[in-house]
Amino acid sequence: MTTIVIKTIARVLVPFLQLFGFYIIVHGPVSPGGGFQGGVIVGASMILLALSYDLSSAEDRASHKVRIIMDSTGALLFAGIGLLCLLVGGVFLEYGIIPLPMAPAEVRGLMILLVGVAIGIHIMALAASLFLHLAEEHDT
Amino acid sequence: MTRAKHLVPVLVLLGIGVILTMAVIDMPAFGDPEAPAHRHVAPRYIARAYEETGVTNMVTAVLIDYRGYDTLGELTVIFAAGVAVLSLLVGRKTR
Repeated sequence: MTTIVIKTIARVLVPFLQLFGFYIIVHGPVSPGGGFQGGVIVGASMILLALSYDLSSAEDRASHKVRIIMDSTGALLFAGIGLLCLLVGGVFLEYGIIPLPMAPAEVRGLMILLVGVAIGIHIMALAASLFLHLAEEHDT
Repeated sequence: MTRAKHLVPVLVLLGIGVILTMAVIDMPAFGDPEAPAHRHVAPRYIARAYEETGVTNMVTAVLIDYRGYDTLGELTVIFAAGVAVLSLLVGRKTR
């Protein structure tokens, strides 16, 4: 069903789409965007790949196992940063207490970036997973 | 009999509707800077978000730092929902 036009456009588009998604995730602290929005864009690039080629080519890039690991890693990283604050003597999610050779405000900024990346990893894996598994059922 | 049966729900709905309409009329105007929601913590976030977090995007600072619990809960809900849906979908084809 998919023609060479669709395949070529998708092949050219997917790297830029992913780059744009990562840009939005990493630029969460300075510009509109963040983990949720960027993660969905990266996940959508895998959906585009699955639609224009076939499911197995998307599955080759990010297998079920990799997606589940990414999904859990994102959630664990966020909770882990919160627990790290607890370990060094602060309260849960009090980022400024983490002992790094920086001003507390900068540490908070860095942790905001890290948490944004964690959210992005989580959402991109989940968005791709939901589509690929729903599509799997009709792909007989 | 049937008319009386229908009358009770209609009256209850009308009563709820009147209460809700009165509540909506009492709400502050849309975008009112003097609304209670804009006078509690918002001025402090606007004044001090940058010097406290070093992040220029105030929305991200509120989302991840000041309201970190909320975002963590949100992520946990999405994670739980995603894992639940995936547990239903994965491996159905082989069965």
